[in-house]
Amino acid sequence: METYIEASVILLLLTDIALFGTSRLYTCITIAAVQGVLLGLIALFANAETFIPRIIVIASIGIVIKAFVFPYLLKRTIRQAGVQREIQPFIGYLSSLVVSLVLFGVSIWFSAKLPLALGAGRSMIIPAAIMTMFTGLFLIVARRKALTQCIGYIVCENGMYLFGMVAVGEIPALVELGILLDAVAAVTVMGVAMYHINREFDHIDTDRLSSLKG
Amino acid sequence: MNLILASIAVLFLSSLVSLAVQGKPRIAGILGACGSVLALGLGIVPAVQALMGSQFAPLAFASSMPWLSFSMGLDPISAIFLVPIYILSGLVAVYGTGYMKPYAEQKNTAFYWFFYNILVASMVLVCVARNGLFFLLCWEVMALSSFFLVAFENDKVEVRKASWIYLIASQLGTVFLIPMFILFGNQSGSFEFSSFYNCLTPAAATGCFILGCIGFGTKAGIIPFHVWLPEAHPAAPSPVSALMSGVMIKTGIYGLVRMITFLGMPPLWWGMVLIAIGALSGILGVLFALAQHDIKRLLAYHSVENIGIIVLGIGVGLIGISTGHQTIAVLGFAGGLLHVINHALFKGLLFLGAGSVIHQTHTREIDHMGGLIKKMPITALTFLIGAVAISGLPPLNGFVSEFLVYMGSFSGITSLEAETAMPLAGVIASLALIGGLATACFTKVFGIVFLGEARTIQLDHVQESPASMTVPMIILAFSCVVIGLSGPLVVRLLIPEVLAIVPISGPFVFDPSEWLVNISIVASGLVVLIILGAGFRKFLLSRRTVGQTVTWDCGYAAPFSRMQYTASSFAQPLTDLFSAFLKTKKHIKVPADYFPAQASIETHTADPSNERVYRPVFAQAVGLLSRMRALQQGRIQIYVLYIVVTLIALLLWKLR
Amino acid sequence: METEIIAMYAFSIIHMFVGFALAPLMIGIVNRTKAVFAGRTGQPFLQPYYDMVKLLRKGAVYSRTTSWIFRAAPVVGLACAVAALAIVPFGNAPGLLSFEGDLVFFAYVLGLWRFFLVIAALDTGSAFEGMGASREVQFSAMAEPVLFVGLATVATLTGSLSLSDMIAGLSLPLAEIVLVAAALFVVFLCENARIPFDDPNTHLELTMIHEVMVLDYSGPDLGFVLYSAALKFWVLGALIIGITVPLDEGLPVWASCGYAFLGMVMLALLTGIVESVMARVRLLRVPQLLAAAGALAICALIFSMR
Repeated sequence: METYIEASVILLLLTDIALFGTSRLYTCITIAAVQGVLLGLIALFANAETFIPRIIVIASIGIVIKAFVFPYLLKRTIRQAGVQREIQPFIGYLSSLVVSLVLFGVSIWFSAKLPLALGAGRSMIIPAAIMTMFTGLFLIVARRKALTQCIGYIVCENGMYLFGMVAVGEIPALVELGILLDAVAAVTVMGVAMYHINREFDHIDTDRLSSLKG
Repeated sequence: MNLILASIAVLFLSSLVSLAVQGKPRIAGILGACGSVLALGLGIVPAVQALMGSQFAPLAFASSMPWLSFSMGLDPISAIFLVPIYILSGLVAVYGTGYMKPYAEQKNTAFYWFFYNILVASMVLVCVARNGLFFLLCWEVMALSSFFLVAFENDKVEVRKASWIYLIASQLGTVFLIPMFILFGNQSGSFEFSSFYNCLTPAAATGCFILGCIGFGTKAGIIPFHVWLPEAHPAAPSPVSALMSGVMIKTGIYGLVRMITFLGMPPLWWGMVLIAIGALSGILGVLFALAQHDIKRLLAYHSVENIGIIVLGIGVGLIGISTGHQTIAVLGFAGGLLHVINHALFKGLLFLGAGSVIHQTHTREIDHMGGLIKKMPITALTFLIGAVAISGLPPLNGFVSEFLVYMGSFSGITSLEAETAMPLAGVIASLALIGGLATACFTKVFGIVFLGEARTIQLDHVQESPASMTVPMIILAFSCVVIGLSGPLVVRLLIPEVLAIVPISGPFVFDPSEWLVNISIVASGLVVLIILGAGFRKFLLSRRTVGQTVTWDCGYAAPFSRMQYTASSFAQPLTDLFSAFLKTKKHIKVPADYFPAQASIETHTADPSNERVYRPVFAQAVGLLSRMRALQQGRIQIYVLYIVVTLIALLLWKLR
Repeated sequence: METEIIAMYAFSIIHMFVGFALAPLMIGIVNRTKAVFAGRTGQPFLQPYYDMVKLLRKGAVYSRTTSWIFRAAPVVGLACAVAALAIVPFGNAPGLLSFEGDLVFFAYVLGLWRFFLVIAALDTGSAFEGMGASREVQFSAMAEPVLFVGLATVATLTGSLSLSDMIAGLSLPLAEIVLVAAALFVVFLCENARIPFDDPNTHLELTMIHEVMVLDYSGPDLGFVLYSAALKFWVLGALIIGITVPLDEGLPVWASCGYAFLGMVMLALLTGIVESVMARVRLLRVPQLLAAAGALAICALIFSMR
């Protein structure tokens, strides 16, 4: 099982780095969906020995929502808004890749400082979780489109989920479902909001919302 | 030791003599050059002996000044810096006799020889001084004499400006060294180096380390204290640039290394700081070099890069010491210090080659040159050897020293904990990047200056430089090849010097020269292969027709020289990629209409640390200090009043 | 035991000759793969050999602009390629001249070759060749750190500093190896001037990199250039195969060499497939691709260090 967990964690990290270097919104959504699947798999692998139905259920719900519901909602928004890719981000893609490596180093350093006891094959989970959160925050900060920021939010949530999984051990099902519900609500609201921003302004660039200040 | 003293005496004497015969510039030149060559003959003997492991008794002459004593010593650390100083200054002096000849009509070249020999003597003294105040005294003589050499062509405005920048930068550097020595003196109770060892508390040692890094780093030219290098080198006559870039900036490294031996066990972060500084200087140095099209400015930035490599080596060595890994420490220091010698050889060679080119073409602009290899074959060949060496490529000497630093880092990442191994992995990545970019830069310089067709200069009256200029270049190129092929022997000489820095616990077991034997074998094999291949090619072509034609320009039958790629266009993809650091300014006049008559592009890469850090700071300082101008009334009475007031204040303070 | 060591070195020598003999075949396989993908019959596998033999038997034409640099570069390139071939291991057989730190020499000897190729291109004075040279140095300056970080990862995993020991000491499956192999494959495509970095079959000088740099070569010189390019393909390929193909140490040397050769053929096929299904990326995007490869390599290095 350790090998599978490790492989999933490494794949998760690679998806993070891919998010730093991708400009196409469709690809970003797909990557975020893949992350959702990977998280569900990690949760399943981590509890493979002790067969707890509750965990399987939550993981499955997570996979369904993150891999199918969110992408569906977001892709629909893209179609409505008619945007394909992030043009002129605040931080260029080459520099973003460099930033991603720096953040990766930082998250490894952070995790080394955190006093957490982890089993074999799980030493990379904490850095991966922190890195995923960083990725989400970076997307929110460094990109222009509301949609990318929404993806950033989802990714950030992914990181927290992973962190919670190892740091707290068993999250009460209610809390976990609550977070998921939160994310669903957020994505829906943002979808609606973006639809309206787009209808009013013919674009979804959030930085130009400052013109509303009057 | 007496021979060193004798060489210093000869240098001072010849500088005075050349000043005495200033009416006859030719004789002054010959006498001045003789001084340096004689000093080379005298001084190299004890220096090499010290490298071989001979012990020399220190000398001391008391002085009437408190704290100051003229104590001198010669140990392997000094010797490793003395050897390039003697060799390069001797060769550059010979070169100078040829180079300065055209100046003799317009300028007093006797001054050149006067300051030249003083500079050499002061560099030697810096390396043998064993008293803090004496060291600072020689340090200042060195700064001043080199200032006068930079300002040699002081009838030009830009030369005057550059030399002022140099003077101010070196004085600011000294400002940091004085408190450092005071700290040492305060804690040890004396200014003798022998009392400095391990005299500091950890906090004071950290302070000294930082002060020393800034103070010595300014002289060595690490980023961000490098601003004087790209200004001073183009302004100075080429032999002076060769001497300053080849050996004078290394006195900064000498100071750094000497200081490290005083400080005792280094904490881990010192090594990391040096690695960060070294990587920054190395990468940014070579990037700025890429963006230049003034050949001497470009070479000046390469000095920044190579100082970066040396500092990387020292940083690796320090990490080795603080983690207790002998192998890493020895490899790091050996690599860094071998690079000191190597850089002196190939950078000296490159500046002399550049001087030879400038001498003939009367321009420093790379984009104007081209095709010089046909007119100046010896300069071209020696410059090529220097270019390959500075790019760190086998089978030349630059590779050997970079190899040692690489191996230090590689053995570090295989044997250390992740936290200490990460910076060493950074060393590997930055060395690789520096190597690639240096190759880009020197293919550019060599390719544009010597190959292709002449762009705007006239080749008709260009000819090979006189023997007095080519022979020193040939000797330097030859020594680059020799060190490249005989790495193990050279490194074996370096070991005692490295051991003087590395506090070894237990017996010394590791000998990097064993690895280098293989490098020498493979490098020699490479040379043999090249010769074999050349023979095979000759055989193949011997019975065939060999034709001549114009260059294939995709069917265009009348290519002319202005259509060639220029240095700026060659470097453009890389400078655009790193434009975030370089901030290259472009002035473009795009072609207009169907038959464009005029179009032009001009690029200029200013130094951002100069533009964005020093200029604003100095502008502020000027604003602040101009208020003090009220004190300067220009009337003698007021100045006397100041003196009286000061004296009374002092008296009151003492009698209080 | 001693006989085994002798056998191993015998295989190292044999590898030299196998490399000499079969390197152009790999280029033939790549070309054939591309032809099959395009629905053509394609040239014979041995076409690169025919080309080279023909070139070696021809005379040469030189531009009047060129100097001895232009004539020396192919020879230096060939010598460098041979030196690299002597270092790289193949299967269980160590490189003929394997020593501690040969990985640095390996990378830098390829650098020496590049240096001469580039100045030879500038020697012709052609704007097109200057353009190719300029791109070559840009991309290789970025590929070099990727190669070194990748090799550093393998060094950390195995604790050894010579290519032969490193490759012998690897055991699969490791996530790091997959990442390193991916990064090195990108470097391999870049260094060998393959799609997506450079299109070896393009017909427009403006878009070429490697091919445009050697435009002015003819006769034996061109033969040398083509042959050393084939050797470079073999050498870098052998490195990647060594890292990715798991070999049991108990395997007889000849069998391991056989596996390695199969790996080389697969790599050539893969290269051909990549060339068939991908387009050359825009030149401005190339640094991004190399940076991504660098990110993979750095990730691998960080994993290997924990």
